[in-house]
Amino acid sequence: MRLEYFEMIDEVADLDREGRRILARARVPASSPVFEGHFPGHPLMPGVLLIETMAQASGYLVLGLNDLSRMPFLAGVEKAKLRRFVEPERALEVEASLLHEGSGYAVTRASIRCDGEKVCDAELMFKLMPFPADLQEAMRARAARIGLLPAETV
Amino acid sequence: MSSQTFDTVAAIISDTCDIPRDTIRPESHAIDDLGIDSLAFLDIAFAIDKKFGIKLPLEDWTQEVNEGKAKADEYFRLDNLARRIDELSAAKAA
Repeated sequence: MRLEYFEMIDEVADLDREGRRILARARVPASSPVFEGHFPGHPLMPGVLLIETMAQASGYLVLGLNDLSRMPFLAGVEKAKLRRFVEPERALEVEASLLHEGSGYAVTRASIRCDGEKVCDAELMFKLMPFPADLQEAMRARAARIGLLPAETV
Repeated sequence: MSSQTFDTVAAIISDTCDIPRDTIRPESHAIDDLGIDSLAFLDIAFAIDKKFGIKLPLEDWTQEVNEGKAKADEYFRLDNLARRIDELSAAKAA
């Protein structure tokens, strides 16, 4: 994870196209300017960034299933629960499954586990839009870097 | 339009957008009369898709309206919306 750059997902462990599910990994960094404020002397991963992490895993799921043809933008967060604290250097398993693919939108159910214990979960809605200029190639490169796409497809 | 479909849609809109049920009528226009924005309409579409097991072709409808090929009333007036839900449900069952 590079929190300051909003790069929350380190690696895609599995993209199950048939099951419409993704499993990704992320390690919370040992240090980050984010922890200077959240909180001084007591660093904790902010809950909103855990939600962002679930959103990014969900986004990669949608991108993987649509072969990077349309960009998912987070449009709604429902039933979000933050169940325990996450400290620096924790290894996270992020899972997302596609609940529904509508016309121009998608809904996922996502969760994060740490040491086998559920940290948080939420239902997330995405608006699917044509890629803005130049973003598609950048996302394709990022998708290859984290293992969503084979490197040779870039 | 089946009144049952309209009642279901009205209940969904009331729940999703916190609009009093008694202000939602068949002739209400979702956007012009009820003030539902495009993002809120996604929540409604999701609830309708789930409830009826269909996929509202929102993108096609929006494109037709934007290109002047159809009037927004045809899709977003609730009696017309309910009628189209009935059509989609029937097509799915066929």
